[in-house]
Amino acid sequence: MTPLLSVRALTKRYGPHIGCADVSFDLWPGEVMGIVGESGSGKSTLLNCMAGHLVCDSGQVIFDTRADGPTDTLTMSEPARRMLSRTDWAFVHQHARDGLRMGVSAGGNVGERLMAVGARNYGDIRDTAIDWLGRVEISETRIDDRPTTFSGGMQQRLQIARNLVTGPRLVFMDEPTGGLDVSVQARLLDLLRGLVRDMGLSAIIVTHDLAVVRLLADRLMVMKDGHVVEAGLTDQVLDDPQHAYTQLLVSSVLQV
Amino acid sequence: MQEYNFAYLDEQTKRMIRRAILKGLAIPGYQVPFASREMPMPYGWGTGGVQVSAAVLTPDDTMKVIDQGADDTTNAVSIRKFFERTAGVATTTVTGEATVIQTRHRIPEEPLKEGQILVYQVPIPEPMRFLEPRETETRKMHALEEYGLMHVKLYEDISRHGHIATAYAYPVKVEGRYVMDPSPIPKFDNPKLEMAAIQLFGAGREQRIYALPPHTKAVSLDFEDHPFEASKADHPCGLCGAQDSYLDEVIVDDEGGRLFVCSDTDYCTHRQEAAR
Repeated sequence: MTPLLSVRALTKRYGPHIGCADVSFDLWPGEVMGIVGESGSGKSTLLNCMAGHLVCDSGQVIFDTRADGPTDTLTMSEPARRMLSRTDWAFVHQHARDGLRMGVSAGGNVGERLMAVGARNYGDIRDTAIDWLGRVEISETRIDDRPTTFSGGMQQRLQIARNLVTGPRLVFMDEPTGGLDVSVQARLLDLLRGLVRDMGLSAIIVTHDLAVVRLLADRLMVMKDGHVVEAGLTDQVLDDPQHAYTQLLVSSVLQV
Repeated sequence: MQEYNFAYLDEQTKRMIRRAILKGLAIPGYQVPFASREMPMPYGWGTGGVQVSAAVLTPDDTMKVIDQGADDTTNAVSIRKFFERTAGVATTTVTGEATVIQTRHRIPEEPLKEGQILVYQVPIPEPMRFLEPRETETRKMHALEEYGLMHVKLYEDISRHGHIATAYAYPVKVEGRYVMDPSPIPKFDNPKLEMAAIQLFGAGREQRIYALPPHTKAVSLDFEDHPFEASKADHPCGLCGAQDSYLDEVIVDDEGGRLFVCSDTDYCTHRQEAAR
């Protein structure tokens, strides 16, 4: 079996500062990988480098494309990479506003990706949008409302629907539950877990919330100062942390 | 008094604009940046169109200027006067006699012929401006032919109004490549974009020129189940009785009385004369 995504020695510097250094890992089909670490540890930099939002200094991000098999996405032509990022890839931003078009209705937001890959039948697009709004627990009656009228949790669910509508194989998530209150977080996590399992998605989730990775991730990478300090199965890393920083991280979680 | 250079602009400027026009003609629908000059009229009054006209005018040309189809409105009269004074070219209101026609928001009803040039005044050349405000991004989208967003606009129309409510500045795809804003002409005029005359589009404030060479294919965007329709008011013209021309609605009294008349005054006048 070929890994869906292979990252090799990915490095990104901001001048003399390290964004992330020498990160390598494989992501297998259907696997969910969590990346945890404190603020400034380079986890978002890493995610943005992999998704092609940032230009990295060296390394490879090899994705198993449908057409040509494993291809380095960093040396891929820009049209091909952008095509990839609206078909096989999805990116869920921390702030739904960054990932949604706030001036366009919920249905239009969900339909945009479909239209971007050539859907030209209004009825079909709308049916798909209704189906997807249902899957993320947004009432069909809100389809023509703008996301500005939605609550934070609904906006985040809409963003997820908008991203998953083209059936991507790899989802990048940057703190998907950040800024939501705990009950809304719980519902969102539940929903994400369901979608990931049903669609057989692979995902890379960046978060500082250990509960999120405990629930969603199969494997875990712990980052500190741009380096990966520990990696392994989620339960293994969280229950038996080896590196001093991981031990600190795990013991910092408040017990209620 | 110091004489103006022919057609107001200096020769170097005209040369620069002609170069942009030629590039525009070579890549139909592509927005060519050009160094737009200050003109002696405010932005929004057709500074782009005037510069393009100035660059293509020759002393032998006959010019016609229309504003919303009419030859006798402020914009049309002032621009016609401008070229009468600065270029000394002959002017006309008859579509068939003109070699250069500058227009604001209409295509004349009478089909244009080879050898004629139609110059449009364009307020906003970027069709995706209101969906994607970043010019860097829209340029990239044009370059990579990512036009899904254009259909989002049409989708929004249908979801809100039940049909495609965009009635003017209706986007077209040129020769299967660039999506183009045909300037705010009514969508009734869109099918006429495929014509024998050269069409040049000038946006002064936005500093862009684009063009359609003769007989270039311009397909209006639509959905399979909501096809494009060139709509007009469902009336005959109240003055000449034309069934096939684009109509203006004129309120004639304060009791709800209204009159539909051809927006193309030249077309309407000719029909009335022929009927007499």
